[in-house]
Amino acid sequence: MNQFATRTGDGVLSKEPPYQFVSGNSIYQKKVRMGDNVLLGVIYFCAAVSVCLLAGIMGYVIYRGLPAVTWEFLSTVPSALKGTFGILANIFNTIYIIVLTLLIVTPIGIGSAIYLTEYAKGGKLVRMIEFTTETLSGIPSIIYGLFGMVFFGVVCGLGFSILTGALTLAIMILPIITRTTQEALKTVPESYRTGALGMGATKWYMIRTIILPSAMPGIVTGVILGIGRIVGESAALLFTAGSVNMLPKLAGTGIFEHALKSGGTLTIQMYLSMTKADYASAFGIALVLLAVVLGINLLTKYITKKLDTNH
Amino acid sequence: MKEKTISIMGSHKTKSIVEMTAQAIFTLCALAALIAVGAITIYMIISGAPAFTKVGIKEILFSSVWAPSASDPQYGILWMILTSIVGTFLAICIGVPIAVLTAVFLSEIGSKRVTKIVKPAVELLAGIPSVVYGLLGILLICPLMYRLEQFIFADSQTHQFTGGANLFSAILVLAIMILPTVINISETALRAVPQHYRASSLALGATKIQTIFKVVLPAAKSGILTAIVLGTGRAIGEAMAILLVAGNAVNPPEFFHSVRFLTTGIVSEMSYASGIHREVLFTIGLVLFLFIMVINIILNIILKKGAKQS
Repeated sequence: MNQFATRTGDGVLSKEPPYQFVSGNSIYQKKVRMGDNVLLGVIYFCAAVSVCLLAGIMGYVIYRGLPAVTWEFLSTVPSALKGTFGILANIFNTIYIIVLTLLIVTPIGIGSAIYLTEYAKGGKLVRMIEFTTETLSGIPSIIYGLFGMVFFGVVCGLGFSILTGALTLAIMILPIITRTTQEALKTVPESYRTGALGMGATKWYMIRTIILPSAMPGIVTGVILGIGRIVGESAALLFTAGSVNMLPKLAGTGIFEHALKSGGTLTIQMYLSMTKADYASAFGIALVLLAVVLGINLLTKYITKKLDTNH
Repeated sequence: MKEKTISIMGSHKTKSIVEMTAQAIFTLCALAALIAVGAITIYMIISGAPAFTKVGIKEILFSSVWAPSASDPQYGILWMILTSIVGTFLAICIGVPIAVLTAVFLSEIGSKRVTKIVKPAVELLAGIPSVVYGLLGILLICPLMYRLEQFIFADSQTHQFTGGANLFSAILVLAIMILPTVINISETALRAVPQHYRASSLALGATKIQTIFKVVLPAAKSGILTAIVLGTGRAIGEAMAILLVAGNAVNPPEFFHSVRFLTTGIVSEMSYASGIHREVLFTIGLVLFLFIMVINIILNIILKKGAKQS
């Protein structure tokens, strides 16, 4: 079938010579494809949806949360006696859990990454380790919560405590730390390694003095990403660290004993406020959380940028 | 003054001990992930399986009556399983097209300046805690859904109004929550498509849109599939965001029903459950864990195939 006839759309074969059909078939003129424009519009729309969602969420949380965030809100603990409601204890617990979790998981995560990139020589074990690391990052936090409650809480006898929560979270963010450290170690040029080994350094000496310092920015990024995950976590902590919001006694060993007591983080307190329909304080906490998330994002950006300019 | 002889062989012994200790420690660290997954699997089975023998597999998995505190307690979780499957599936249906097209925008269409705004926005969305999504769901999506519900069921005598806390609201929240995951991974996959694919297609006279949909997207197929599977995992495992949005009554999964997911079933009753009731909640956890493991294995297969292709 003559294709000019179909292009004109009138259904009859055109008898005119092709050169008169400038509009439909010339290589000098672009044919406007309606379908293309529609699809392009849809793509723009989808991108706009993502941006508008974020803008909407940020705007709404700031609008509703700003009135709630006062100095009293940030600097007091809930007290029936004084009639105050504040989140200081939750802020403290959040920082406490972050520090404790990182103390547990950072050495393990970095060690694991060092093994995988510097020592391992492939094989079944490495494949298993990589598969399980992948699996860990896919397990939902509620499962971590159940496991933490049974294993650390009941079997290890730690009960509802910040330590139980920190151990649970440590397993949860292990893949993040391992993965980012691995990536960072991979970017260290091979010549550094051959150079160090060639000068007679032993492997551990080379890792300690050459590899780790060069990979430091990447490792720090991983740690910060881990902090972000801890700050936002709620389901895994509900059954492990509990929801008590009391400050520890700062005298003596009180600060260390705090690890064995139940303590609710910001997200847990926010969830409790939500269930009590106390939306004002929920939005206050949401605003604090958003500020932290924003700060973490900017910090990782800054470090990655620095890393790029260094290389 | 006595001169100390320095030998390059001097500390050979201590060095090799240090070396071996270092290697042993690192190997141990690497095994942590393996041990953790093993321990989680074992303890999920230990605490979830006994209920199967006490209540019966059929009575738990294929019964739709959930009445744990009745005098004749029933522990059927069929509706929860179906709700989780239907909810996740529909959330994927809504979220994935938006996410993949946003990824297309980021890697193929958007100018550098616009991408600089969209990309950080997506990254920030990924970082927002799930409780915050839940809070916004209750206060923004639920009222909207309630109005829709009132409009649709205005003349209905039998419909039980949910006040907006229903399956539909939960699906919307889940769809929003999986966006960043799917966008980020799809974008990486699209950017990994070699530039000469695009060049060849354009040189053959295809338009940009044709190139994207007929060349670039098919080439990035396995990466996008990975993104979808990860999004599914995220949606099926989410608890806190949909806990208060879904209504939390055990009902068959229909749009305007108050429903309970597997995840929300665990969270909402764990605090006071005891005895067999508690064990059944762990069984729900085990079922959820099995879903996740299946998803992980599918993911692994896709990744292996993708690696073989390239």
